[in-house]
Amino acid sequence: MAKDKVAVVDYKAGNLKSVETALDYLGADFLVTHDPDALRGAARVIFPGVGEARASMEVLQASGLGQAIVDFFQSGRPLMGICLGTQIIFEHSEERDTACLGLVKGKVRRFPESGGLKIPQIGWNQVVHSDSHPVFKGIPENSNFYFVHSYYPQADIQEQVMARTEYGITFSSAVARDNLFASQFHPEKSGRWGLKLLENFLGWNP
Amino acid sequence: MLAKRVIVCLDVRDGKTTKGVKFKGNVDIGDPVAMAKKYYDQGVDELVFYDITASHEKRSIMIEVVRNVAKEIFIPFSVGGGIASVEEMRAVLLAGAEKISLNSQAVKNPKIIEQGANLFGNQCIVLGMDAAKDESSPSGYRVYINGGRVATELDALAWAKLAVKMGAGEIVLNSIDADGTQDGYELNITRMISENVGVPVVASGGAGTPQHLVDVLTKGKADAALVASMTHFGHYSVPQIKEYMAQHHVPVRMDY
Repeated sequence: MAKDKVAVVDYKAGNLKSVETALDYLGADFLVTHDPDALRGAARVIFPGVGEARASMEVLQASGLGQAIVDFFQSGRPLMGICLGTQIIFEHSEERDTACLGLVKGKVRRFPESGGLKIPQIGWNQVVHSDSHPVFKGIPENSNFYFVHSYYPQADIQEQVMARTEYGITFSSAVARDNLFASQFHPEKSGRWGLKLLENFLGWNP
Repeated sequence: MLAKRVIVCLDVRDGKTTKGVKFKGNVDIGDPVAMAKKYYDQGVDELVFYDITASHEKRSIMIEVVRNVAKEIFIPFSVGGGIASVEEMRAVLLAGAEKISLNSQAVKNPKIIEQGANLFGNQCIVLGMDAAKDESSPSGYRVYINGGRVATELDALAWAKLAVKMGAGEIVLNSIDADGTQDGYELNITRMISENVGVPVVASGGAGTPQHLVDVLTKGKADAALVASMTHFGHYSVPQIKEYMAQHHVPVRMDY
């Protein structure tokens, strides 16, 4: 049964292997699932993903996983978004003009092509956080995390912005509200600080 | 600020890391999983594995290596060498690699770039390109395949642009002229490619000292620099290279 477990949402958006190996390394009891009921019944949920917003939203809607994520959020148990998963919890993505789940107020936009900015942003960038969120506990301010993305999230409500990162513009690299924490960067590929952040999430009881 | 990446490249043959020494063929230098772990602990930003296994039958050995590496390191790594189909790409990605590097196979069948990008996303598809000076090519550089042994009809800049258009999310540019010399990267072609494509460019070939990395990441406009011999043979450690880069004002990740 899923009720003591961490559920990792499998919605055919990219490779979940690195999330799995990181959770294995941390000794987490987890399952990778595309079953909406298994999600609803989980102790905590990780919503990862790499890919394209529109196609992913279509899969989430057709499978019932999108609603299951919203239901899970409303249960009050800890929910974490990573990369595309994070973009999809916002209201809207510019990527093929896609309406998203809307758990966090704000939009996802494409990086500006001007100014010689390389797109996608690939690599390690500084995550400027105020150390106020339990999921960042023990992680120094301005730590480097690994990013791979062409679109960036911008939250409307400043109190929900947990970290900012600069790449051409300054964007919301981590957001949180209630029992939700979501990062644009990939903690599972961000070395020691990434593992620390995942460990913090696994122990977080909002 | 986005850091400039230091990437270590490991050539793998029959499950062992190997290194080509000019005119002497390849010598085995260690277990790729143990070496990956060592470089991870030293703070390398990314790793690249090139499968140079000659026989097709031994491909499964590489998948096993990828799977074991993925258990030990929590940074991105890419895998290249002879990958010719989306099925092979999928196998490598599911074993835990972050990216696929396509080189000769992309020249022979450019559609594979598009197919891979559509299935796995542009960020998964790296174009590996071997280029050498050639006055008769429009940009002054020509593309080579099969480990740099066979000249193609392709101009280096035109090929880079086409590959990006087809879905390559990054380019690893290896200069055949500089490769193995340890005299420094080829700055001209690196800058030319980097300034003319919209995706990150990784410089490869010629690194011998930390100053060479600083040069290619500043004057050469590269987004990342690949090293092999420099670190494999113990001339420099990754922290030594990074500290030197930081002292010379190159943005670099030091908090590993």
